[in-house]
Amino acid sequence: MGDGREILAQVRGLVKHFPISRGTIIKRVVGQIRAVDGVSFDLYRGETLGLVGETGSGKTTVGRTMLRLYEATEGEVIFDGVDLMSLKGKELDRMRRRISMIFQDPFASLNPRMTIGSIVGEPLLVHEVGNKKERQARVRQLLEQVGLNPNFINRYPHEFSGGQQQRIGIARALALDPELVICDEPISSLDVSIQAQIVNLLERLQDELGLTYLFIAHDLSMVRHISDRIAVMYLGKIVELADRDSIYSNPLHPYTQALMSAVPVPDPDLQEARVRIILEGDIPSPASPPEGCNFHTRCPVVRLDHCPLAEPELRELQPGHWVACHYAEDFQ
Amino acid sequence: MNELLRIKDLQTRFYTRDGVVHAVNGVSYSIDEGEILGVVGESGCGKSVHALSIMRLIPDPPGKIERGEVWFDGQDLLTVSDEEIRKVRGGRLAMVFQDPMSSLNPAMTIGFQIVEALTLHLGMNNKQAEARTTDLLTMVGIPDAKNRLEDYPHQFSGGMRQRVMIAMGLSCDPKLLIADEPTTALDVTIQAQIVDLIKRLQAELGMAVMWITHDLGVVADVAERVNVMYAGYIVERGTVRDVFKRTRHPYTIGLLGSLPRLDEDPGTELSAIPGLPPDLIDLRPGCPFAVRCTYVVEQCWNETPPLEPTESERHTVACWRWEEIAQGVA
Repeated sequence: MGDGREILAQVRGLVKHFPISRGTIIKRVVGQIRAVDGVSFDLYRGETLGLVGETGSGKTTVGRTMLRLYEATEGEVIFDGVDLMSLKGKELDRMRRRISMIFQDPFASLNPRMTIGSIVGEPLLVHEVGNKKERQARVRQLLEQVGLNPNFINRYPHEFSGGQQQRIGIARALALDPELVICDEPISSLDVSIQAQIVNLLERLQDELGLTYLFIAHDLSMVRHISDRIAVMYLGKIVELADRDSIYSNPLHPYTQALMSAVPVPDPDLQEARVRIILEGDIPSPASPPEGCNFHTRCPVVRLDHCPLAEPELRELQPGHWVACHYAEDFQ
Repeated sequence: MNELLRIKDLQTRFYTRDGVVHAVNGVSYSIDEGEILGVVGESGCGKSVHALSIMRLIPDPPGKIERGEVWFDGQDLLTVSDEEIRKVRGGRLAMVFQDPMSSLNPAMTIGFQIVEALTLHLGMNNKQAEARTTDLLTMVGIPDAKNRLEDYPHQFSGGMRQRVMIAMGLSCDPKLLIADEPTTALDVTIQAQIVDLIKRLQAELGMAVMWITHDLGVVADVAERVNVMYAGYIVERGTVRDVFKRTRHPYTIGLLGSLPRLDEDPGTELSAIPGLPPDLIDLRPGCPFAVRCTYVVEQCWNETPPLEPTESERHTVACWRWEEIAQGVA
């Protein structure tokens, strides 16, 4: 998938390290949290790329660094031919109109002292779009688009439920007609019956507006539902990247295999028939990731004479199916 | 199977400034010895409050157990003295909470916290209690347990802390372990470890487990029977196979439909349940799900449906129209 389609953004060798400092008066850097450690992928126009991983895998940091909410330690993000990492001032502002973000915790990401009208309208105000009347009309249109009553324009965020708050966050993200929307766990704080409403809304908006999504989540079944392609992250690196169907029917990385077998299926018969791969131990600290293949400490098929010594490259084993494992051929 | 716990018409309310919250509205069921019962529902459905009511851990005020009986091991826990219930809690009836970090005391070592329970409940001396604590921590899979007794909760990872909580819950050989969302705060690979652990321990020790969760997948994995709760009512109850394969209540049908599944064609649109969960403050008479239900008729607004047997005696549902819905004529 993706061949012949237009590339909207290219992420190349993205690295983000957070310094660990000690000392109260004289701070000194004693180490680095290697949150994102060399991540590369392409985003095609109009697709949804799912980015999955567990806590501490660096998936959220990738999204935030792409928008330059964090400054990257290294690497490039080429959006429509321009490297976002090198932009400054007005040029950066102009590019930022084309990329927006939906956050995980809808309530924490909405200013409780602002009405939802001014929250949704703020991007328009900041970027000086239209006059007051036009902006208000646009806000009402946006609210309608996400399934909220436009007459609620003067209400405050706390008057809404979690699902409705997330709709407000989505309306704000769409205010400037972005091309790429980074959805950072947009449904994980919502109840099951509400999650489906929001996912259906995101899919409808994508069809209507031709949006491209980077959908960051830890819920594999939801990611499979919404994504065209999926990238799996572990400890700051992409371990596997492929289109949705091949990653689910034919996962080539032992971590992807374990991750998928660990997702409980709401069906007792299937659940009984499944083979579960239960990984031992916890995710190592990103402050001191294991040498070589960073998954070797938990890998059920590790070969100790090789895996701890050499870091596997992310290589294209089948067309469009990338995997970072020395022995991936064995799982085909 | 012998019955271990029988709850009759349990009702819990909270008297708040904004009004009376009808958290649990007449719940009745039983748990057999050695059984794993799943309790599922979304936030605010009363699943945790009903479990806390069983343990008599509802803060009063504002909470109040209005009526009901909780028969456990020959006693009605709602009428026994405070001293008696303290002996039962953490002893024959133990609970594991969702967030291990906030239920462990951060200023005390892990070892001390488990030893304390053992000396209080089983009257062990320190040496015996320490030996037993080491055994328990080893049993739940904490490596090098002997040398970790002096460690504090923050020195453990999330999954390991949950194991410590489970060891603490198991310390006095409970007959019933209530696990309230024990894996919700954990990553899937760690969740799989904990699910595996509780299943193994349940089989080895023969205790009953009440597993409270919002995750239908986890229930399908661990439980034999399941209670589906909505707005403080049990709306459907039966074996996991009955409830998941011959689903009868419109809410359960909706809940299963709103989940994408790894084994299904991903192209299909999710059938979301319209509307919002009910406000428990002004809960109106009639079926609590009526506002969101696509099968609603006049009767649903006026009369609350009782939990009645369906095709099978052991599979019960609280819906006026379950038969029509099952036959596809609704």
